[in-house]
Amino acid sequence: MSLILGILDSGGAAAGAGGSYESIATVTVGSGGASDVTFNSIPATYSHLQIRYIAQSAGYGRIQFNSNTTGSNYYSHYLSGIGANPVQAGELPGSTYSSIVWTVQSFSTTANTFNAGIIDILDYTSTNKNKTVRILQGVDKNGSGDIGLDSGLYSATPAAITSIKLFPHASNTWLQYSSFALYGIKGS
Amino acid sequence: MTATYEKIATTTLSSTASSVAFTSISGSYTDLVLVISAKTSSGPADLLMRVNGDDNNNYGQTNLYGTGSAAASSRLTNRSVFYCNLVAYPSNNNNSNHIVQLQNYSNTTTYKTFLSRANNAGVGTDAIVGTWRSTSAITSLTFFADATTFASSSIFTIYGIKAE
Repeated sequence: MSLILGILDSGGAAAGAGGSYESIATVTVGSGGASDVTFNSIPATYSHLQIRYIAQSAGYGRIQFNSNTTGSNYYSHYLSGIGANPVQAGELPGSTYSSIVWTVQSFSTTANTFNAGIIDILDYTSTNKNKTVRILQGVDKNGSGDIGLDSGLYSATPAAITSIKLFPHASNTWLQYSSFALYGIKGS
Repeated sequence: MTATYEKIATTTLSSTASSVAFTSISGSYTDLVLVISAKTSSGPADLLMRVNGDDNNNYGQTNLYGTGSAAASSRLTNRSVFYCNLVAYPSNNNNSNHIVQLQNYSNTTTYKTFLSRANNAGVGTDAIVGTWRSTSAITSLTFFADATTFASSSIFTIYGIKAE
């Protein structure tokens, strides 16, 4: 599923109307599921991006920027609570996943039960530094589930992020009612 | 694009209160965010949240927390309330701060998932995910301190985020 943004000439007016946090686009997955949700043509008029979602899938989540699939450009770490000790922590090299990875401990296909998360992509338009992503996410299934803090690195030659692809691992799909909303946060 | 992150209401306590409620919450937003700075009138107590007055055992949660000496994880099942903290509770000495995220709160097709981050520098920090096992839209939220009251100056603010 791909969403192409049109000409976003209302951004200045919206900011002037009193907000520094703006909705850019939202994708809600239909009955057939979706192999990915991609936000394209993201405007460079914000300081930071935030994705807020609920999602179901059988596979953990992955993120690629600007259609870049080079493994060495990505790296991920996670800290997870799985409802019992020990606390889980690990690293997920891009050489294996060619993407930032999140929800590695647990997603959900349990009826009506959705993983919820907030993905922050800071200073996404910078052309002189790597991009860092932070994620707070979790799902509770009344007896299983996890709460996770994830971080991701995108270290391709610094360029503005103009597209974000969110997709489940191993050919899984986002299931119906999964919903991803992209927001822009202005810095001035 | 429109401005989309709006304050809905704020309650600042001028005296002790057994609970703080936000009722008749509009369904016109996509997500809700609760920002809370809480203090109790007597001793430490967990900050609890109840949805739509539902006190049946429809709440579960998975917790990740640090106490200053250890990190741990735990789970609560079939509870009558959501615990917004595990160790970062409010007390009569220290305010705790809490940010509770309620995603897609008004849909009528999914259970509702909460994300809570709680902090009390005196005792610890929490990250929590909870589920309210109901497909009903959330229209009210009630906060109370377990077995005590909130002290004056406790502040509760609810924001709405609207996706296009």
